[in-house]
Amino acid sequence: MMRIVYTKPKSMKDVPTHYCPGCGHGIIHRLICEIVDELGIREDLIGICPVGCSVVAYNYFDFDMIEVAHGRAPAVATGVKRSRPDKVVFTYQGDGDLASIGMAEIIHAAARGEAFTVVFVNNAIYGMTGGQMAPTTLLGQKTTTTPFGRDHKMEGYPIKIPELLSSLPGAWYLERVAVNSPGNIRKTKKAIKKAFLTQIEKNKFSLVEVLSPCPTSWRLSPVDAIKWMEEQMIPYYGLGTIKDEGIQVVREK
Amino acid sequence: MARIEALTGDEVAAEAMRQINPDVVAAYPITPQTEIVQNFSQFVADGKVDTEMIRVESEHSAMSACVGAASAGARAMTATSANGLALMWEILYIAASYRLPIVMSVVNRALSGPINIHCDHSDSMGARDSGWIQIYSENCQEIYDNLIQAVKIGENKKLLLPVMVCFDGFIISHGTERVELLEDEVVRKFIGEFKPDYPLLDVDHPLTYGPLDLFDYYFEHKRQQIEAIDKAPDIIEQVGRDYGRISGRTYGLLEEFNLEKSDLVIIVTGSTAGTAKATILELKEQGIDVGILKIRVFRPFPYQQIKEALKGKVAVAVMDRSASFGALGGPIFTEVRSALYEEDKKPLVVNYIYGLGGRETTVEHIKKVAHDLLNIKKTGKVENLVNYLGVRE
Ligand SMILES: Cc1ncc(C[n+]2csc(CCOP(=O)(O)OP(=O)(O)O)c2C)c(N)n1
Ligand code: SF4
Repeated sequence: MMRIVYTKPKSMKDVPTHYCPGCGHGIIHRLICEIVDELGIREDLIGICPVGCSVVAYNYFDFDMIEVAHGRAPAVATGVKRSRPDKVVFTYQGDGDLASIGMAEIIHAAARGEAFTVVFVNNAIYGMTGGQMAPTTLLGQKTTTTPFGRDHKMEGYPIKIPELLSSLPGAWYLERVAVNSPGNIRKTKKAIKKAFLTQIEKNKFSLVEVLSPCPTSWRLSPVDAIKWMEEQMIPYYGLGTIKDEGIQVVREK
Repeated sequence: MARIEALTGDEVAAEAMRQINPDVVAAYPITPQTEIVQNFSQFVADGKVDTEMIRVESEHSAMSACVGAASAGARAMTATSANGLALMWEILYIAASYRLPIVMSVVNRALSGPINIHCDHSDSMGARDSGWIQIYSENCQEIYDNLIQAVKIGENKKLLLPVMVCFDGFIISHGTERVELLEDEVVRKFIGEFKPDYPLLDVDHPLTYGPLDLFDYYFEHKRQQIEAIDKAPDIIEQVGRDYGRISGRTYGLLEEFNLEKSDLVIIVTGSTAGTAKATILELKEQGIDVGILKIRVFRPFPYQQIKEALKGKVAVAVMDRSASFGALGGPIFTEVRSALYEEDKKPLVVNYIYGLGGRETTVEHIKKVAHDLLNIKKTGKVENLVNYLGVRE
């Protein structure tokens, strides 16, 4: 008897990605596609692509996508969701996109309690433009714009987005996960699935921050990048649920 | 003694900034501008400049920080491209109307959408009415020379206007060329110290920048702003001559190439001017003579000088690396054509939109334009006013 132990998710196109070896984006794409298949929402799904390394994510996701300007995904998602409240809407955003240029949009989307899901990929750097400092860059971390490491006196402190949003009643489910190990990847999937369910069942705003390696811009091998995540990034940011208003609460109409 | 180095456009822009040593640089990364800010960050980290470097969260904030810095009396610089420039839009007008001589490199890139990272002039051409002086660079040497001159032009007390130094993304920004660099001391002496007349930090003379200005005085202030930029051509030429004295390279508003030899002219700006010059030399060998008129300064538009340069010409092709949707041709074309309106004997003028989104413009394209000009001269007719080079239709 032959048993199928591995298939590509149906909502993922069968093409090679452009991501660097050891990049976290590919793993996170796959998790999203597995969830989309499991929830059977592919025909009801609209994704919003950011500007960042995942700018061409629509080449890998086999469902409807909109490509938007840098940082504006939450505003566009708001427009999509408000006009098609029956659809499942999510944004896929990097930390430059979401925590820097698009900070106003994410805060106000959460403040308004927009009913879409945010997959927020934090790799502590601007990957696409070649490794400049992001607001999420760790103190002391070397980037092309902080050659001697980020100094809080000049560049401030790294921003913890879910914590920042957690004071807003509109933000329903906020979690931080990481894709550094098989165990944590499984937890990441669980969190993203819950985030989608928060939207589908409760019509509420959810955001999952995924700590993700960028070996290229960190100037590390993929193996060392995982080590750096575990030794530096995870201890600073911390993993777990930041806020969970629960899926059992019925949305007040 | 001048140094000679092999540098990319972005590297040479950063090198010019190092020598200018601005008080404040505020920037946000965007391809293909990124290497300017990265290289400059290294200079800051190495203590090679005294600059306060602000790594802001967006271009809107980058330009706002420059406005703040320049109002306070600092020499402020930044750099951007495409969507970054678009995001600055609101503040571009404010910088110009506050009369703040900020200098910015604009590494030309196509505006979204669809998203594209390669060269065209839609970004800076879109900002042509913002009140900034716009200087376009053909190659790496010109980027360097233009940036240094831009400081002196913008800070001239008769102007006090912000200046964009534009150059073609990737084609020039990432192409390595031979450049002659001046001594640091020579550059610093040339630009001098920035002494603002009305800095916010002059506590004995408190003042407000940009107060509410309605139908009572807004119009007069705009009129003054127009007056100021209208004075720029003379000052740009003066600075171009002064710069010639320290560098051996003199600059004007336009550059003529083989112009007196022919009654046919191609008007072009940016890196394609280089391609056009090479093509013209090739055509010369075949006995075809076409002149080139390169527009170095697009804002203010040097209409007088263009009229002069086109006297007695029979046919002129204007090349635009951007589209002006719904207009009668590209932005350079409409202005050139309008400049010729009063002339008794005007040349026939034809427009070519080319190179959008980085579409390559080759010697063959320029040859086609030259042959079209020959044909226009022969028939005395322009068949299509607006043409598109190298597009699939
Ligand atoms: C208005 C604007 N400014 C700047 C850029 C350039 N830009 C493209 S992607 C990017 C940063 C992306 O970093 P991040 O969101 O962390 O995603 P990553 O590439 O690391 O996945 C920047 C600054 C742009 N496209 N638009
Ligand atoms: S630069 Fe970083 S984020 Fe971008 S594809 Fe490479 S590893 Fe991934």
